[in-house]
Amino acid sequence: MFPKPIEKTAPPVRALYKIALPVALIIWLLPLLAVALTSFRSQADILNGNYWGWPTSFNMMENYTAIFENTPIGKYIFNSFRVTIPTVIGAVSLSCMTGFALAVYKFKGNLLLFFLFVAGNFVPFQILMVPVRDFTVNLGIYNTISGLALFHIAFQTGFCTLFMRNFIKALPFELIEAARVEGVSEIRIFWYVVLPLMKPAIAALSVLIFTFIWNDYFWAMVLTQGADTQPITAGLKSLNGQWVSSWHLVSAGSIVAAMPPVIMFFLMQRHFIAGLTLGAVK
Amino acid sequence: MRDYWRINQQRLAPVLFLMPGLLMFVVYVIVPIFQSVDVSFYAWDGLGEKEYVGIANYVELMDDEAFYTSLKNNVIWLVLYMLAIPAGLFVALFLNQNVRGIRIYKSLFFFPFVISQVVVGLVFSWFYDPSYGLFNKVLGFFGADPMAILADEDWVTYGIIIAGLWPQTAYCMILYLTGLNAVDSEQIEAARLDNAKGLKLLWYIILPQLRPATFIAMVVTIIGALRSFDLVSIMTNGGPWGSSRVLAFYMYEQAFSEYGFRMGYGAAIAVVLLAIMMIYIAAFLYKMYRDERGH
Amino acid sequence: MLHNKKTLAALFTAASMMSVSAFSGELVINTDTSDPAPKAAFETLIAGFEAENPDVNVTWNLFDHEGYKTSIRNFLTADAPDLANWYAGNRMLPYVNAGLFEPVDDVWAANGLNESLSSAAASMTIDDKKWGVPYTYYNWGVYYRKDIFEQNNIAVPTDWAAFMAAGETLNAAGITPITIGTKYLWTAAGVFDYLNLRTNGYDFHMALTKGEVSWTDDRVKATMAHWKELLDADFFIENHAAYSWQEALAPMIQGKAAMYVMGNFAVAPLRDAGLTDDQLGFFQFPMIDAGVPMAEEAPTDTMHIPANAKNKVDAKRFLAYLARADVQSEMNATLGQLPINSGSTVSDDKFLQAGYEMLSTTDGGIAQFFDRDAPAEIASAGMEGFQEFMVKPERLETILKRIEKVRARVYK
Repeated sequence: MFPKPIEKTAPPVRALYKIALPVALIIWLLPLLAVALTSFRSQADILNGNYWGWPTSFNMMENYTAIFENTPIGKYIFNSFRVTIPTVIGAVSLSCMTGFALAVYKFKGNLLLFFLFVAGNFVPFQILMVPVRDFTVNLGIYNTISGLALFHIAFQTGFCTLFMRNFIKALPFELIEAARVEGVSEIRIFWYVVLPLMKPAIAALSVLIFTFIWNDYFWAMVLTQGADTQPITAGLKSLNGQWVSSWHLVSAGSIVAAMPPVIMFFLMQRHFIAGLTLGAVK
Repeated sequence: MRDYWRINQQRLAPVLFLMPGLLMFVVYVIVPIFQSVDVSFYAWDGLGEKEYVGIANYVELMDDEAFYTSLKNNVIWLVLYMLAIPAGLFVALFLNQNVRGIRIYKSLFFFPFVISQVVVGLVFSWFYDPSYGLFNKVLGFFGADPMAILADEDWVTYGIIIAGLWPQTAYCMILYLTGLNAVDSEQIEAARLDNAKGLKLLWYIILPQLRPATFIAMVVTIIGALRSFDLVSIMTNGGPWGSSRVLAFYMYEQAFSEYGFRMGYGAAIAVVLLAIMMIYIAAFLYKMYRDERGH
Repeated sequence: MLHNKKTLAALFTAASMMSVSAFSGELVINTDTSDPAPKAAFETLIAGFEAENPDVNVTWNLFDHEGYKTSIRNFLTADAPDLANWYAGNRMLPYVNAGLFEPVDDVWAANGLNESLSSAAASMTIDDKKWGVPYTYYNWGVYYRKDIFEQNNIAVPTDWAAFMAAGETLNAAGITPITIGTKYLWTAAGVFDYLNLRTNGYDFHMALTKGEVSWTDDRVKATMAHWKELLDADFFIENHAAYSWQEALAPMIQGKAAMYVMGNFAVAPLRDAGLTDDQLGFFQFPMIDAGVPMAEEAPTDTMHIPANAKNKVDAKRFLAYLARADVQSEMNATLGQLPINSGSTVSDDKFLQAGYEMLSTTDGGIAQFFDRDAPAEIASAGMEGFQEFMVKPERLETILKRIEKVRARVYK
């Protein structure tokens, strides 16, 4: 366990650490506290330039209810889930398979394919806008949740494959060899031997992908229109007026919008900690 | 059929496993990349007919001041954004303890990564605000003159990078926390028995085991640096007068923004950006290839 | 033979009527009017139209204002609605050139719009055809702190000398004359437009923005010289490049700045922040050259029929409805802006009345605003140049050359 477990250090160090934690947290989250503070302000405060001072009026209830009243934010959040969850499932599943293929099997072009996935992920995604939009329209899934999800699954497969392939490469190959010697089929090896060992990586990757897709704005704009399909990112922007920005509402909305990924991370923590065998059993 | 499979499965299985993911990726990413490279040889407003212009877009790019500013800024981003990696490692080490409630702390430290970049940019803009922002108050506290970071063509990019480092450090922190959990405790115990401590322990035992995490952290940080779109857009809109432009933003401006109807030119910029990224990828993959060879 | 032909004709008519009626009755409208006031105005508008035309059922897709600018490029080709709102002048040009908008001269002719909407007719015309129907516009000018002026014994300036003197008095009193936020560049363009219109007149301004005149022309330099006078006299707040127009309201609200060269939409937030009508006033941008007629800026919002629309018949009925005097009066009362129709009434608000007064008596012409009069590329190069000039006026030559380079490329 590194650094030295805090229980084993001298009491003053322990006490210092226990104080340092909350202090560090507050400094770290200072911008976030600013966002929260802004979400309690009234429009007048913001127009007056009072960004950092004590709010002149506490509008917390008004702001947080306003975002649910003025905009169909409930719908937007629901749409966000409708896009994000299939994408996470799709991208992670596909990349478990592709990562497995690239990590376990030696074949000509293995590294080249891997290179392809990595390179494709580095692409500045704006460049894909028109071709992808045209393709989506031709398939007839423009302005649908599935259209958006399909693109995200495809694009995220690049990053996920990289992640999974590296992870699987670090697993003990002896397990697979042993299973092969026993005549276990490749598919069963994947399902029964490797997949269980990948649980921590799957958990970590799921949280990351969830966050990426949840915060995506650009592709939601390109591939969807209207409150029936648009996710929360587009919804947040809609809180701003044409001339006057309602930063107090946007702040409130963005705090609400940030909740699901953080909750997800919190819930998934156990998987991160328990038994990540990355390189441990060698 | 079954026998064929059983005999050949080690050769066929990879194809089977690769097909779905690869297919999706090729159709939605690889093919569009080529289509866009194609577009860069045309003059097109994105709405009507395309007009073939050969390498005219690239020739124009060579003479374009804004392009060189963006390129310069991209280099600065690439270099300075790397600071997120040691910063993330440091925070991960700080949090890698088992005190009560550490799970909550970890979740909360992760928060900046999760909040929309638009809001991050907004808050940092207010932080730098010349009249009301905290930054100048802090400067004043130390006796320095106030600065309008975001309005200063020399300092603006650095100001935005700092804003971007905040969520990026959280990202690297997560990767390192994950990596730290997998570090071999036997090796650490053995090293401790040999009286190794602190930095030596970190450098010789821990860091090598964190290599996979560092690798991914570098990849995502580079991708992040080259994509810094939202922050530039909300904090300065590329200003003042284009001094904080980066290639991704410039491309967007030319092709998709309110006043941008030059898809071909934007595509040319994107191709250049892609080429830069390819150098990095190639360097990485070469290093990876060598590492794996040596295994 | 004849019998067959008749049957054929009857069948054909029946078939076409069926196909028309299959789409008639369903009208899809896309707008970006996501703000409370425009949203309410459109709600009333659509309800009113449906009430008068019970055979039509309207589906209204409301987009967020910024996102709409991207979405419109997509939905005009893929999944076009029957009506979409947008802006007049050169903002329409890319879509007109790509054949994505439907010309509506028939609607204009059938409803006498060339007379009733004459003030905006020019801005709706490209290639001698009309491309939509305008329904609202708003004025620009100088909004100022009446109370600060009174406290410092400053009369409303009507000419350049008085304007400069007012600035001097304000600076002496420790108040910045003009507040401005140039982070989003269009605000600087507003200042440029007025200085250019006052120095060189409407015709030159139109020619310049269209790209017919070189940016290194002496007349442009004359405008910039006037701007330099303002810069040298410390007219503008410091660090304006760090502020959006909205953030620049704060100094005016707090009494640290006295004037704002802005559109009428500035009034609402100023009132929201607590300024009363006794503290807020409006005046026309002062004359610079007595020989140049005073032209004004009044950006116009419009509605168009996409070329790929399915139900153009009902869409045209909607446009005719939108163009009516009574409809425009009601809409603009909610919008807090000015109707285009010369037969409409203007609401009683003091600023609207002042704006209306000014626009209807202007003999110098009405411009659409720099980013709508100039084609997109020149607009963005120009606005960037203006911002840089305001902070680094010594770079004037380089700036003008740069804009000229863009112009030369766009107008080879």
